[in-house]
Amino acid sequence: MGELSRIWRESEHRYRLMGNRCGNCNRVFFPIRAVCPHCHRESIGKMKPMELSGRGEIVSFTIVHDTPPSFVRQRPYALALIKLDEGPVLTGQIVDAENDSIEMGKRVRSVFRKIGEDGKSGIIQYGYKFVLE
Amino acid sequence: MSGIVGYGSYIPKYRIKPDEIARVWGEDAENIRNGIFVLSKSVPSPDEDVITISVEAARSAVKRAKIKSSDIGAIYIGSESHPYAVKPTATVVSAALGCDFPLFAADYEFACKAGTAAMQNVKAMVDSGVIKYGLAIGSDTSQGAPGDALEYTASAGGTAFIIGKERSIAEINGTLSVTSDTPDFWRREGQPYPSHGERFTGEPAYFRHTLTASRLMMEKMGTKPSDYNYAVFHQPNGKFPTRAAKTLGFTEAQYNDGLLTPYIGNTYSGAMMTGLSAILDKAKPGERILAVSFGSGAGSDAFDLTVTEEILKMDRHAAPTISDMLADVKWIDYAVYAKFKKKIVLGEDVE
Amino acid sequence: MLSENVFVIGAGETKYGELWEKSLRDLAVEAGLKAIENAGIYSRDVQILYGSNSLAGIINGQENIGSLIADFSGIASGNIPAVRIEASSASGGAAVREAYLAIKSGEYDVAVVGGVEKMTDIFGNEVLDMMSSLLDREWEAFFGATPAALAAISARKYMKDFNVKKEALAMMSVNDHANASLNPNSHFKNKITLDQALNATSVAEPLNLMDCSPVTDGASAIVLASESYLKKNKLNGMRILASAISQDYLALHSRDSIYTLDSTRIAADEAFKRSGLKREDMSFVELHDSYSIYGLMELEDLGFAKKGEADKLVEEDIKLGGRLPVNPSGGLKAKGNPLGATGVGQFVEAFLQLKGKADKRQVKDARYGLLQNMAGTGSTSVVHIVGGD
Repeated sequence: MGELSRIWRESEHRYRLMGNRCGNCNRVFFPIRAVCPHCHRESIGKMKPMELSGRGEIVSFTIVHDTPPSFVRQRPYALALIKLDEGPVLTGQIVDAENDSIEMGKRVRSVFRKIGEDGKSGIIQYGYKFVLE
Repeated sequence: MSGIVGYGSYIPKYRIKPDEIARVWGEDAENIRNGIFVLSKSVPSPDEDVITISVEAARSAVKRAKIKSSDIGAIYIGSESHPYAVKPTATVVSAALGCDFPLFAADYEFACKAGTAAMQNVKAMVDSGVIKYGLAIGSDTSQGAPGDALEYTASAGGTAFIIGKERSIAEINGTLSVTSDTPDFWRREGQPYPSHGERFTGEPAYFRHTLTASRLMMEKMGTKPSDYNYAVFHQPNGKFPTRAAKTLGFTEAQYNDGLLTPYIGNTYSGAMMTGLSAILDKAKPGERILAVSFGSGAGSDAFDLTVTEEILKMDRHAAPTISDMLADVKWIDYAVYAKFKKKIVLGEDVE
Repeated sequence: MLSENVFVIGAGETKYGELWEKSLRDLAVEAGLKAIENAGIYSRDVQILYGSNSLAGIINGQENIGSLIADFSGIASGNIPAVRIEASSASGGAAVREAYLAIKSGEYDVAVVGGVEKMTDIFGNEVLDMMSSLLDREWEAFFGATPAALAAISARKYMKDFNVKKEALAMMSVNDHANASLNPNSHFKNKITLDQALNATSVAEPLNLMDCSPVTDGASAIVLASESYLKKNKLNGMRILASAISQDYLALHSRDSIYTLDSTRIAADEAFKRSGLKREDMSFVELHDSYSIYGLMELEDLGFAKKGEADKLVEEDIKLGGRLPVNPSGGLKAKGNPLGATGVGQFVEAFLQLKGKADKRQVKDARYGLLQNMAGTGSTSVVHIVGGD
């Protein structure tokens, strides 16, 4: 046990898909960046918070059989790269689907799920996963 | 006067049939199905709990209400399966919705009527002008001990209502409660599964409270059963609410739309509220609803509602309807159910 | 500008594998002393030590690896600088590059790089969670990503977009095992058939156990020296003709392409430019094929095949007697992948190959070799080109 502030610090981003946008080139980022990797110093002070829709499509995916300990109860689970409609690509599980119904290019939307927990007595971690639309 | 300005429900996709549970425990599935009238129940996946169910239901309510999360002034969440014994579900829900820092919030417990108690509290705060909108949620991932009769019904789901004065789709004409010290069903601190008084849960508990609250409500409003288009009751199984409805003089046409337990099981704090949600999915302006919850221990909360013209302006398909969720099902067997519900214990290093 | 030519004058390593009797420090010291002995110098001749390691902090609870190695190699009293270089699974290549720069600058004449990883001191799948620290912990691993899962995500799209069959990936592993069967230090000594490679237990679809490098203990060390030191002491060695390193986004999801390793592509172009050599000059390559798919992607990004066409090389070209022998050591799949040691181990192999001492797995007339070491899913790549004299 001991994961606390590290998890808490990101809760807004993980709960609500809070990314940010470069005020200089309008590119959207998730997770948030302090500086735009395209505009560099031109973007400093211009990175604006932005809540993302959670809608997007599957870039590629895998069905994970060899899982870290905390994911054993969900084995095998689908993990995908999702390209959100606003632009950023992120990594997340696809849940509630038959694994053989998942395909590249299919539309997904985000759902709020438990991601893990810090042992039986530690804090519970929540965040985004995805379901097929 | 205040009423419901937004509603949303969430029912996990996984379902198990009583036949499967009966197979494992050597019971007669036919008897169970007929005895309690439950055909299937919802099961939360390992990554779902009262917090995730509450968030999903609340987000649907916000979408339908078309309000900003920052307009929500209070969040009260009733459940008997809050993930934390100490650390309110309401705090995570407020963060997930993006509510403002100034916010009234707490978790409630009153067995299966904690969510409706939250509705009453939020309504009072709206009526008194303390808040503009308030969020009341009833949500549970209820536990039944393996092999216990409760295992056939204890399920998962929840419903959120946003209550306010403006643009309400269903006015709450009145509400009242009855309360007594009746030990029909309880769970002691630290115990994983509840205990219950078997047949004692019927007459002195469920029926006395539900029927009395219903009668008092109609007496107060000067109504009779035929004045209502819909009636919905707490539904620990498929039989009790039907008997209560018939005893009061309601017909199948009035109670059928709100009766979900046969398909999703008993969602405890979510039960009556989710039944009401199913009614709101199809209700028309001017229709009247009697909604009565029951919480063991024991008490009942009764509500008299009238659907308004505003419901025609609401995009009810902005979020999943109850019938959407009843149709979207993944069946599991008892082994997967046991794994999901952590009835199979993993090694210490794993979980 | 001072610019010394840099040579590898000695190399040594432990066996790679599940080495239950040996500790982190046992392994590091064994490899280091072998390398020094092999170089024909004495410990007191070493002027600077670079330890390369990835996960000792979380697996073994031990940081301060530079001091640890110096201490137990018996050179603590010499008070030479000893630091650890960490770039996850590219730690080895990155450490060699630091040593190379230290000598090239004229600041030092003799440096030792010791790479070590003791992975089997943790049991169960916990090591998988620790290995996921190579990824972006907060935005990849937190959500259930593992190194194999992300390699599989790349593989699925690669196979679809270029219509590449799973057999092509499997052939990388078949080749690794064939070569490893000739390497006495390798983790695995068994050859595998294409059929076995295709039908192993699934790890992260479409990748199975035979697509994935194992959890390996091991240490590799090399001694580097300046040209002037070589001349003065009448030594010879393997010349480092070019050293290049490049960086990409940490998380796979942040990159423009999930099957193009920009860090490898850029480091390779830089290395070839600096060495003045061409792709066809290479006698062999040691690739960082932690997952079979990366072997194909790397062949392409190193410039040995067009994107999506590395599968044309896997039937014949990559074999020991082929046009471009790949991983004569057995590669990460079969020689093994002791993270911090892996990149240094590539130098040990190259040293043997270019000295003509690789025994049964000797590449004929080996003149130049390319060594590519990579972190995680490609966030860092180190490319070295080495030559016989």
